[in-house]
Amino acid sequence: MVMSDIQEEVVYQRPVSLENTVTHYCPGCTHGTAHRLVAEVLDEMGIREKTIGVASVGCSVFAYNYINTDFVQAPHGRAPAMATGVKRVMPDRFVFTYQGDGDMASIGMGEIVAAAARGENITVIFINNTNYGMTGGQMAPTTLPGQKTTSSPTGRDVEVQGYPVRAVELLSTLDGASYAVRRSLHDPKNIRMAKKAIRTAFEVQARGLGFSVVELLSICPTNWGMTPDQALNWLEQHMIPYYPIGDFKVHEAIANLRF
Amino acid sequence: MARELWKGNNAIAEAAVRAGLQAYFGYPITPQTELLEYLSWRMPELGRAFVQAESELGAVNMVYGAACTGARVMSSSSSPGVSLMMEGLSYLAGTELPAVLVDVMRGGPGLGNIAPAQGDYNQIVHGGGHGDYNMLVLAPSSVQEAVDLTYISFDLAEKYRVVTVVLLDGSIGQMMEPAEMPEMRPVRRLPEEAPEWAVTGAMGRQRRVLSSIYLQPPEEEEANLRILKRWQQVIANEVRCKTYYMEDARFAVVGFGSAGRVALSAVRAARAEGIPVGLVRPITLNPFPEKILQQYAGQVESMLVVEMSAGQMLEDVRRVVQGRVPVELCARLGGIMPLPDEVLDAIRSLARGEATLEGHPRDRWLQRMSLLY
Repeated sequence: MVMSDIQEEVVYQRPVSLENTVTHYCPGCTHGTAHRLVAEVLDEMGIREKTIGVASVGCSVFAYNYINTDFVQAPHGRAPAMATGVKRVMPDRFVFTYQGDGDMASIGMGEIVAAAARGENITVIFINNTNYGMTGGQMAPTTLPGQKTTSSPTGRDVEVQGYPVRAVELLSTLDGASYAVRRSLHDPKNIRMAKKAIRTAFEVQARGLGFSVVELLSICPTNWGMTPDQALNWLEQHMIPYYPIGDFKVHEAIANLRF
Repeated sequence: MARELWKGNNAIAEAAVRAGLQAYFGYPITPQTELLEYLSWRMPELGRAFVQAESELGAVNMVYGAACTGARVMSSSSSPGVSLMMEGLSYLAGTELPAVLVDVMRGGPGLGNIAPAQGDYNQIVHGGGHGDYNMLVLAPSSVQEAVDLTYISFDLAEKYRVVTVVLLDGSIGQMMEPAEMPEMRPVRRLPEEAPEWAVTGAMGRQRRVLSSIYLQPPEEEEANLRILKRWQQVIANEVRCKTYYMEDARFAVVGFGSAGRVALSAVRAARAEGIPVGLVRPITLNPFPEKILQQYAGQVESMLVVEMSAGQMLEDVRRVVQGRVPVELCARLGGIMPLPDEVLDAIRSLARGEATLEGHPRDRWLQRMSLLY
């Protein structure tokens, strides 16, 4: 048999919406996975050229180095307000924010709640890794009770430091939110489910249904002081019981969408 | 277009609409709220964007987002609200974006009150946000001038990629005066007419990223110098200042906005008494009319700064005059406007030769103020 007789089929390649570049994220970090999922969805929907991303402050401040669309970069926590400004003058564009838990659920809580309440027709990708990654692993609103961080060195004491915020459940109570779900990036099955949720969120925006948010449970092996494998296990064993995977708000118009 | 009776805040809003305003984001605060209210029906009527934001922080960042698309965008607020916007203003400057902010100043610090004041001078003229940046500051003293300056504020912002601030106090925002509206300009079509730097979706072109982050210090320094170089052009081209009775003046009063307008009444009264005094009314506070003031420093015997803040502009005048002539201060604070008679008294004092280079003019002013309370 000569080589030319072999039929080759491309089954896996880098999405056009993902830049061919070197990562700045730590080994094992799931930001890369989340970036890729967003990029695959933009490719599949054919909307890369019509999409404007809003990067936030934190490790994903450089999201625009990876996701191959027009991008703006917001002050800490203000991405939903900035996205509102973009979307209101260019309503036919797809606008998404990509925010971590410190950015969205702490300093940006006002902006995210107000954007959801307005039913702002934007998509929010919310990365929850239970700490402030970029500044070196401080306690975040999402830090679990008892979890050690560099600013809760003896473990988060809920009597003193309060309780973690379940942001997506909170946002799902607002009438302006059409899609509010939580997924996890700790194994292939959940990653596939996460991608479907991201796709659904952009479909919500395509239909003009209003605010959509997908929380992605993520790992931070460096700041957690774990190997990537240990971190994925820790996510499954500790985060999911506190932050259950699930759909908290699904607009009826997209409830039966299947991908 | 005929002259009509306009309330200052409404007139500014309509002037912005006619300048091609595409998106407005604001938050209620007295004494600028009519601006928001007016645009809440005027913008939707024309199919343009209006959002009442959750806060001034939200509003300024909506402005930031819309400015990234190359749209003509504006917000408005009053002193405490403007303090909240400082973050966004610094980011707009760092990203080299044009936008317009109307600041209708009120008494402060803190919650202060809702009466007219000029205490935002330092935070607007010298930058209340972090980093090295400048905003182009236009200071009207009448409703008509507020209309005219608002109308050109967008062109200036876009020409130099800066934030232009229309800085007035609550009295101009609230008063009604006859004003003539400029003609309605067409709105910019997006993305077709967007500037070459705008983020509008990478349709058939290389993608663009707008950010104020330069992690490498040499890149940040270079960006700062680029911004500063553009600002040097503003200094060279855009200084605006109005002078009254200065040709033969031996004394000069310096004041902007409402304070300048009150000072003009006092100057006229002093002229009627035979005192050779004139008025320099800066219209651009940044860039400051330095050359004009330097020139008059060589002509007059002394100067008087009239302001509705505790000598904030005084320091700029002193810096420019560099001790060549005495500069005295006549100021009222906390929502009180100076009366023409108070300014006239201060001019008479200048005419009696009581201005001095000794000590600090703020000390003498404080001493006079201590008689009041």
